[in-house]
Amino acid sequence: MMDLVFTANDFHVLKPAVVLCLFGCGILLSDAFLVRRTGKRWLNAVTALVGEAIVALVVLQHLSDVRAGGAFSGLSGSIVIDGFGVFFNIIFVLSGALAVILSVRYMEAEGEHRGEYYALVLFAQAGMSIMATGNDLVVLFVALETMALSFYVMVGFLRRSKRSNEAAMKYLILGAFSSGLLAYGFSILYGIAGSTSIEAIGTAVAERPDGDWVTTLALITTSVGLFFKISAVPFHMWAPDVYEGAPTPTAAYVSVASKAASFALMIRIFLSAYGSAAESWMPLLAGIALITMTVGNLAAVTQSNLKRLLAYSSVAHAGYILLGLVAANDAGLRGIAIYILAYVFMNYGAFALIAALRRDGEAAEEIDDLNGLAGRAPGYTILVAIFMLSLAGIPPMAGFYGKYYIFLGLLREGYYVLAVFAALYVAVAAYYYFRIIRACWLTGSGDKPAALDLGLGTRVALVGSGVLTVVIGVLPQRFLALAGESVLLALR
Amino acid sequence: MTSLLTDHLISSLIAVPFIGIAAILLVRGRAFARWCALASSLGALGLGLALWSGFDKTVSGMQFVERVEWMPTFNIHYAVGVDGISLVMVLLTTLLTPLCVLASWTSIESKARAFMSLVLLVEGAMIVVFTAMDLFLFFMLWEVTMIPMYFMIVLWGGPERIRAGIKFVIYSLTGSLLLLAGIFGLYLHAGRTFDLQAIVAHGIPGEAQTWIFVALFLGFAIKLPMIPFHSWLPDAHSEAPTAGSVILAGVLLKMGGYGFLRICLPALPEASDSFAPAILWLSIGGILYGGCLALAQSDLKRLVAYSSISHMGFVTLGIFAFNEQGIQGSVMQMFAHGVSTGAMFLAVGLLYDRTHSRLISDYGGLHSSMPRFVVMLSIFAIASFGLPGTANFVGEFLVLVGTSYGGMLKVLLAMGGIVLAAAYMLWMLQRVALGKPSTSAGAMLPDLGAREILTLAPLAIVVFSVGLFPAPLTETLELAVSGLVEQAAAVLEGVGAASD
Repeated sequence: MMDLVFTANDFHVLKPAVVLCLFGCGILLSDAFLVRRTGKRWLNAVTALVGEAIVALVVLQHLSDVRAGGAFSGLSGSIVIDGFGVFFNIIFVLSGALAVILSVRYMEAEGEHRGEYYALVLFAQAGMSIMATGNDLVVLFVALETMALSFYVMVGFLRRSKRSNEAAMKYLILGAFSSGLLAYGFSILYGIAGSTSIEAIGTAVAERPDGDWVTTLALITTSVGLFFKISAVPFHMWAPDVYEGAPTPTAAYVSVASKAASFALMIRIFLSAYGSAAESWMPLLAGIALITMTVGNLAAVTQSNLKRLLAYSSVAHAGYILLGLVAANDAGLRGIAIYILAYVFMNYGAFALIAALRRDGEAAEEIDDLNGLAGRAPGYTILVAIFMLSLAGIPPMAGFYGKYYIFLGLLREGYYVLAVFAALYVAVAAYYYFRIIRACWLTGSGDKPAALDLGLGTRVALVGSGVLTVVIGVLPQRFLALAGESVLLALR
Repeated sequence: MTSLLTDHLISSLIAVPFIGIAAILLVRGRAFARWCALASSLGALGLGLALWSGFDKTVSGMQFVERVEWMPTFNIHYAVGVDGISLVMVLLTTLLTPLCVLASWTSIESKARAFMSLVLLVEGAMIVVFTAMDLFLFFMLWEVTMIPMYFMIVLWGGPERIRAGIKFVIYSLTGSLLLLAGIFGLYLHAGRTFDLQAIVAHGIPGEAQTWIFVALFLGFAIKLPMIPFHSWLPDAHSEAPTAGSVILAGVLLKMGGYGFLRICLPALPEASDSFAPAILWLSIGGILYGGCLALAQSDLKRLVAYSSISHMGFVTLGIFAFNEQGIQGSVMQMFAHGVSTGAMFLAVGLLYDRTHSRLISDYGGLHSSMPRFVVMLSIFAIASFGLPGTANFVGEFLVLVGTSYGGMLKVLLAMGGIVLAAAYMLWMLQRVALGKPSTSAGAMLPDLGAREILTLAPLAIVVFSVGLFPAPLTETLELAVSGLVEQAAAVLEGVGAASD
């Protein structure tokens, strides 16, 4: 019955992950035998970018295949290439490439510029790629752990920094705990269905009686595991510490890509496996989303460290994205997709701005470190304004559309209270984002002002993200269409 | 070329400020930025006047309509057009902007290029808001106006600018999100379209009208502002630089009144009708409360700011009187208030440039050192309390006539607001202009220069010419207003007949 021969099609669906792993191993080898002797560590970054470029081509190939002939699967149906997976793979390519570009200068300045780092970026992305396309519990779990393990190491990559070590330890322990819960949930699902395939589980769950406690238990344990990954309250405690301690480009990568991958996994499991039990998870998700927005936004107000502030703001963003899943209609899911796409550019932009800030060679991460930059670096300040306005969700910036469609989705389903809360928290969020913009224009407190350390790569990444943030905001048609394509399949 | 310009007159009008911004950003130099801002804002004024002269007063409905697909998948268009009400608002915007540029000519020393770009940005965005026929476009540019205003307050404002700026943002954003919710409501209940005319033609079911109206009402009421949503205004007005205060008081507040007229009345006639009594009383409360607070101010800019709250009460009073005189009066009042209060802020700004004080007690006896200034200040002060012959009189008179159909008590109370206005304006004039100079420096203040007279004189001319010959403006408004009232009345009668 089962076709156990590894076919060309199987290879085709796996290509992105295969290319990423090959380039990751390639970097490890070339770093050990070639690059280390020349001392030109940036060559590793170039190799990684070449890998990303090839993956981008493969993903575009997948996109045209899906457009031509619909979704297709491989490896006995455990990997599905559909619009949804392709969309998320595009997100991962963008964030992987941005992470590599931003890391060169930053890791060099921190004195930890080594080839393994880039290999880990690619390995993590290989895991994420499968998380978005996997259709089988075992495959998904292995993919998730591949991503998570790479991140544990990357977060602790600044070996001599206590905070970096502490962050990695915290992330590892809490991450392992949540993975355990997730695995427990998966095992119950297997028990229910006798299969690890998501479709089979979906059918089996639909056949369970209403209010079945076994399904509820599986639902709660898997949700908790996933809530941890997307840093939803009350499982968000790790986020501020990890963001603060991790190398800044890694923090950006964790906040954008790992969150996007976890949302991809979450959407697939909730809509496909638990699709029939929507009535029982809707209130749970709605409640978690509401608390997440509340805690994230209110805690961000009092932060003075930029990375901690962005950590809490990313908690709040997770709350908004969850609301899109609560609405679970066309507008809501479209909102999630466009939200995540915009989030790549605006959040990377924000973290890149922080990564460039230095005072006496040390990383400068306080809001006050931005003081006086308006006079010295007007271009930088304009970028601060663009990214912060976009994060706040103010038109005509990209960040507006995600919130816009999620509100629309909520109103369509009649969740008026949730929509009102979500809307009011935008005003709260504006307070802290505007505080960052404002800081650029204040004069410093007399200390030596922070300097900017912008390499060519960072400049390109910053300007590119800034331009895209505005372009998506003003001419969103193409991007909205792409996002629309991605969710049409998730809905069925 | 001419046909391109006439076919796309509104788009050209919108484009002019943005071309100015691009030029300012591309060319270095403070002097260039000033001249370029002046040239493009005068260009916009010219196009605004061209729009007015090309406007056919005998035809109702939107004119100069342009419509281009923007986000076809979601049925969102770039659609602009003007009727009488839009046109008056556009004229007000284009009239005040060049004067703002002139007023900031020397008083904005630092970052003049950025400041001039922001003034033009806010002008361009407001013109779109006043001409948009697509609610998405309307909302987007409504939000955009907030950003340059914030920067103007925070970067060039007074000592409390940072607090005032963030307060302004939080109030505005809360308001605009409620507005967004209301617009979604219209979108969802009117066949998934943002086209305002299509929404009005489709009609909104009665039960949905209530919550949509409440959301829209809150959005507009915060912007206008009505009590009790006004507390951002005195701070923002008094801390903003002169040009910022002029734009805020002169035009930005009017977006709220314009929103009521453009969206609430035509799209939600039943809810507007049922909420009208409450709103009328709230307006009267605003008129009296704003007046009383203005009387108690010791700071010139705060005095003018509170007087704005009082005057904007007349605007909502006229709109929700629900008849032709009332609505025409409220648009006239918006125009007149824009001109006279804009001028008051300009005048106070000129004083502030000389002494760097806004306190009334720091002045006195200016009539001897600054006679020309005192003449100008007096003109705008008497215009502010609506002396016959000024534009404000036309507005307030029509509003009161409109209100009188709903009972004399409201008229009497609203008249109390006019008496209060006379009191605080004349008292202020007495303390600032008459008597002895409070300081020796005050006796030697230089009088207005040519540029400063050029800033104030056009507004004085407008105040009197509209006051004495209101016909050109009222005729422009007539068909748009009567169309609005008839349409609403027809819907309400239909509902009345159905329920009988």
